[in-house]
This record gives sequence, C-alpha cells and structure tokens, in this order.
Amino acid sequence: MGSSGDNGMKDLFFKNSISLRIFSFLLIIVIWEVAALLVQSRVLPGPLVVLEIFWGELFSGEMLFHLGITLWRVVLAFFIAMIVGTALGIIMGARKNVNLVLDGWHILLLNTPALVTIILCYVWFGLNEVAAITAVALNKIPNVVVTIREGTRAIDTKILQVAEVFKLSYKKKFLNFFLPQLYPYIMASARGGIALIWKIVLVVELLGRSNGVGFKLNEFFNLFDIASIFAYTLAFVAVMMFVEFCIAGPIERRLTKWRQT
Amino acid sequence: MSVTSDSKNNYSLSVNVQNKSYKNLNNASFLTAIKDMDFKVPDGQFCCLLGPSGCGKTTLLNILSGLDNNYDGNIQFDDDSSPQDCGVGYMFQEPRLLPWLTVRQNVEIVTQQTSEDKDLSDSILETMGLSKNLESFPSQLSGGMQRRVAIARAFINKPKILLLDEPFISLDFTVANRLRNMLVNIWQQQKTTIIFVTHDLREAIFLGDRILFLSKGPSKVIYDYNINLDRPRDMESKDIENIRNKLIKNNPSVITGVNK
Repeated sequence: MGSSGDNGMKDLFFKNSISLRIFSFLLIIVIWEVAALLVQSRVLPGPLVVLEIFWGELFSGEMLFHLGITLWRVVLAFFIAMIVGTALGIIMGARKNVNLVLDGWHILLLNTPALVTIILCYVWFGLNEVAAITAVALNKIPNVVVTIREGTRAIDTKILQVAEVFKLSYKKKFLNFFLPQLYPYIMASARGGIALIWKIVLVVELLGRSNGVGFKLNEFFNLFDIASIFAYTLAFVAVMMFVEFCIAGPIERRLTKWRQT
Repeated sequence: MSVTSDSKNNYSLSVNVQNKSYKNLNNASFLTAIKDMDFKVPDGQFCCLLGPSGCGKTTLLNILSGLDNNYDGNIQFDDDSSPQDCGVGYMFQEPRLLPWLTVRQNVEIVTQQTSEDKDLSDSILETMGLSKNLESFPSQLSGGMQRRVAIARAFINKPKILLLDEPFISLDFTVANRLRNMLVNIWQQQKTTIIFVTHDLREAIFLGDRILFLSKGPSKVIYDYNINLDRPRDMESKDIENIRNKLIKNNPSVITGVNK
C-alpha cells in the first residue's frame, strides 16, 4: 500500500508539465553552480555572482536601454523580413516564371554567410541604422521564402474555387480562403525567424553600432568581464522567452484553434 | 414581392455546349469531354443529369458556374443574361468548408455580411437543424452535418440557379435520405432552379422533375424524361420503383454505367 502511494505522488509530480520544466531549470542552475565552485575561475562565474551583476545593471538603467534598442531592431527586422519574405514566397510559389527568374538570386542569398551581408551593407550604406536593419532582414528573407513558397505550392485550389463560384472579391478570397492555408507555414517561419534574427542582430551591433546588447557584449569581451556577458545574455534570453511564451505562443494557438479538436 | 425576386427573371436557361475538349501542352485537343450538348431548363425546375462516371458531368457544371470559360457554345437565359449575372450557387461533391471558420462564419463568408445576411444565415442554418452547432468548426461535425452546412451556404445568396455535383455520394442511405428531403424542402421554399448531377437512378427519380440522361464521353443528352410524381415522395415507395423498372426495361441503352 505504501509503495503504491509513493507512485501516486511521483505520478502527480511528473505528470505536471510545469513542475517538470521548473525541475529542469533548477537542475541546470545546480550544475552551473557546482561547476563554478569546482573551477573557481573568472571565466566561469557562478549563478549567484551573475544574478548580483544582473540586478545591479537592471537598476542602473544601462541594461534596460541596451535591451530596448536591441529588441526594437529585432522587431523591426523581423516584420520587414516576414512581410517581404511572405510576399516573395507567395509570388514565387504561384508563378512558375517569376520563380525561374528569382530562384538563382534566392539561392545566392540563401548561401551568403550572414557576416558577408552585414559587412557589405555597412560598406555600401554606411554605419547606420538602415544598413543594420537591412543586413538582418536580408539574412532572414531567403529562409522565409523557402517555407512560404512550399506552402503556396501546397495550397488547396478546391477551396479557392469556392470563392470563385460565389464571386467573392479578391481581397476576401486572399484574406479568408488563401492566407489561412498559409498560417502554419507563416507560423513555422516566424518561430525560426525570431531565434535567428536576434542572434544576427547581436553580430550587426557588434560590428557597427554604438549601442545594443551586441555592442555591450563586445565591450565586456574587451574588458574580459565574463560575468557581465552572462548577465546580459541571461537578460536577453529572458526577453526572448517572454516573446515566445506570451506573444508567439498565444497567437499560434489562436490561429490554429480550429485544428485542436 | 421581395426585392430579391424583382431582380430575377422568369426565363428558362438554354444550355448549348458545342464542344469542350481538354488540350495538351501542344494545344492539340486530346480529350473531348462534351459534344453537342443542348437542353433547356425552365425556371424553378429540379433537373437531374444522370450519366456514368467520367462522362463530363463535373465539366459541365464547371462551365455553368463560370469556373471554366474555355469552351465553344453558349449558356444564357432567354433575355440574353448569363447565369453569372443572376447568381449561381454550387454545391461540390465534397463539402469544401473552410476548416478555420466556424459553421456560422462558413455560411456568412459568401454573403455581403450585412446584419440581414447574418440573420438570414442563422435562420437557414436553423432550417438545416444546425442551430446548436453555429460555433463549431467543420472538423467537429459529421459528414452529414458538413453537407448540411454546404447546402445552407449554397442557398444563402438565393441563387437563381443552383448546381449540385453528386453531393450525397459518400453518405450512408439514411443520412443521405434525410439530406435529400431537406434539399427538396428548401428548394420548394426558395423556388430555385436546380441542376443536380448524379449517377444514381433512384436518387434522380426521387428528387427530380425531370431526368436528362447523358451518354458516355464525349457527353451529350440522349434521353429526356419527365417525372410525373406528386411530392412529397418516398424513396422506398412503389411509384419510384415502378418508374425505375420502366426506365430500365424500355431504355437499357441509356442507363449503362449508372447506379440502377
């Protein structure tokens, strides 16, 4: 009887996905702390040290400013890349000839290293905000195109025929009969997009901006201040997790509500 | 007289398709689907087209609905207006509902979405026995219920001509029968002209005022039969059985390839 009661407790604990997540989070903190204690070095500060710096930076105002700047660049580049990439993907998926013309350029851009795009943008457009955002967007657009083009090719034309038979406007046909078929593809590329874009934004900031998380990381690197690098990384990962769970997740659930039945 | 019927004529529809063929990449025709198809449907008639599978019935409906304009021929009312001018409804073989919209939205979406349209769509869905499912998604409905939504959608704009392409083909007998009765009821209320494609003889006799028998492709009308039976009819009645037997006995050649 006693053992079955134990099992019940265990089930209750592990069945709860939130407690599993917390458990996994605590586990990595413990491993980190133990490793830091064992190594006892400047290059691997423990979680408590990092938390202390994080707290200080947060209230001195510096960190929030740089986080805000970086987040603004991420959001701007993300929307530009999604809108341009989706439009190109739809046209290339729907029109064979357009695809034949653009596909070569697309493959070229898809395979250009992020660093090359960034350097060229700065060289051609100057060390300014436009160049920075353009460089980030150019890195993401080809990936969006790949996914959306595939989605457009998979469009069910039988659904579109319904709009034609009922003589609905082009706007209605596009927004209600075409675009919803692309939602899963748009969501997939948006998910991958946020992660890719914020990483590239940091590189762009490191190479040619005088603010933002990437700029600060470079500064800490030069000062060999590893604890601050950890603190900034932690802060930004926290922001991106917030975006994922509190913005992207709910939007996706809303858009795919009809499938969860 | 209501506003909607004022804008409609009472003319009959003349269908004349001299030639409809599918072309390959070299622009040479490789398949003639319809040849010299010629018939006239009076206003408000329930006209069944009966023919074997692959005889070009769906092709004809696509032409009538305006989805396919690539044919030689002419389809118009006696006053020269085309079906598209007066409103066409089309119920496909599959329900073709939008899976991301609720039942109510699926019907409203094909209207102008005024408040009258919304009231009308609720009342037409009620007629189809779907008032409890207005907020459901199509994936939550049975096949029969999905068809009922499709019927409601087809009727919502009060089309002058309603085309139906074997809409009850994959349903079991009882469900299909209920839907046939619902279709006849709503047709009698709205006085729409119906062109109903099927390959089931019994279904055609039960539903139609008239049956046009189509040949195997290239398709044309080979026999025109008027059904003089009072409504409401009963699918399993003697009368239908008698007409069926008579047709099979007297015209064995015109009903090859259909479900007897």
